[in-house]
Amino acid sequence: MSRQSMRSNDPKKVSGELFTLTYGSLVAQLLKDYENVDDVNRQLERMGYNIGMRLIEDFLARANPGRCYDLRDTADKIQQAFKLYLGVSPSIGSWSPGGDEFSVVLETNPLAEFVELPDHCLGLRYSNILAGVIRGACEMVQLEVMAWFIADQLKGDNVTEIRVKFVKRLEDAIPAGED
Amino acid sequence: MAEEAMFDFIHMEAVSYVFQGGEKIVEDEAVSKLEHMGFASGYRLVERLTRESGRYKDELDIMKYICKDLWVTVYKKQIDNLRTNHQGVYVLHDNRFRFLSHMATGKQYLQYAPRYLAFTCGLVRGCLANLGVTCVVTAEVTQLPACKFQIQVQRG
Repeated sequence: MSRQSMRSNDPKKVSGELFTLTYGSLVAQLLKDYENVDDVNRQLERMGYNIGMRLIEDFLARANPGRCYDLRDTADKIQQAFKLYLGVSPSIGSWSPGGDEFSVVLETNPLAEFVELPDHCLGLRYSNILAGVIRGACEMVQLEVMAWFIADQLKGDNVTEIRVKFVKRLEDAIPAGED
Repeated sequence: MAEEAMFDFIHMEAVSYVFQGGEKIVEDEAVSKLEHMGFASGYRLVERLTRESGRYKDELDIMKYICKDLWVTVYKKQIDNLRTNHQGVYVLHDNRFRFLSHMATGKQYLQYAPRYLAFTCGLVRGCLANLGVTCVVTAEVTQLPACKFQIQVQRG
C-alpha cells in the first residue's frame, strides 16, 4: 500500500489534465483527417455545439441558476459555468454600447495547457470547441448567440478572449398541427 | 467533480465523430481511430501521474497500478477484479464501467457498446506502453454496464 500515498494528492488537477490531453488527441485526429484547418475549426465548433446542448441540462440541474432576464445575467452565468466545468474564472468585459455583445476573457486556458501550435497550423482555432459550447448551451435556453475567438494565447496574445454577440431571442414554437 | 462531465462529453463527441457518415464508414477504421486517441492520451497522462512514484517491481505491480490508481483517476472507481494466468494475460473486470453506466442495464444497446470501449483500450495500452510494457488490449461486453478488458503482453 506504499504506493497509495504517492498518488498525486490533487485528484481534481489530474482529472483536468485527463480532459486536456483527451481534447488534444481529438484535435490531433481531426487535423489528420481533414486537409485544411478551416474544416477542423468548423468541426470543433460543431462538436462544441453538440456538447453545449447537453451540458446546459447538467448545468441547470447542478447549479440551479434560474432564468436570465438580460444579457448581463447570461454573461454572469457563463462565467459561473466556466468555473464549474473548467475550473477557471474568466472575466467579463468589453461590453458594446448597445449591450448586445461582450467578451469572455480567460487568463489561462485549461484546454491549451500543454499546447504549442506548429507553424502550419496558424489558422487553427484550437479551443474553438468552447465557442460551440456557448452557442449550443444558449440556444437551449432560447437565446441565439454568435461566439468566436478574437484573441488566443496560443497565437501570442496576452489573454484568450471569446466574443459573444446576442442575435435574437428564440420564441416557443407551436407544434405542427396545433393552433 | 464537474470536470468529469466535460471528459464524458468529449468522449461522446469523439465516438460520434468517428462514426459519423452512417453505414458507409468502416467499423474497424473508426474503432482504430478511437483507439489511437486513447493511446495518445494514455501515453501522456501516465507520464504525469507517475512522476513522483517509485519504480514498479514487476509486471503484476504495474497492472495493480492500472487497476487501482489509474482507474480511480479516470473512472472514479477501482477495477472490480483482476485475473491473470501468470503468462502475460491479464483480465480486468469492471462491473459498472462509467461510459456504459448511463446507457442501459442488460442487453439493450449491446451492439453499440464496443464503440464506447475502444478509447479505453487505447488508454490502457498507452499507459502500459509508457511504463515499458508492450501489449494488446481488447474489451468484451456481455451485459451492460459490466465489461472486461483483456491485456495480452507481447514478449520478445
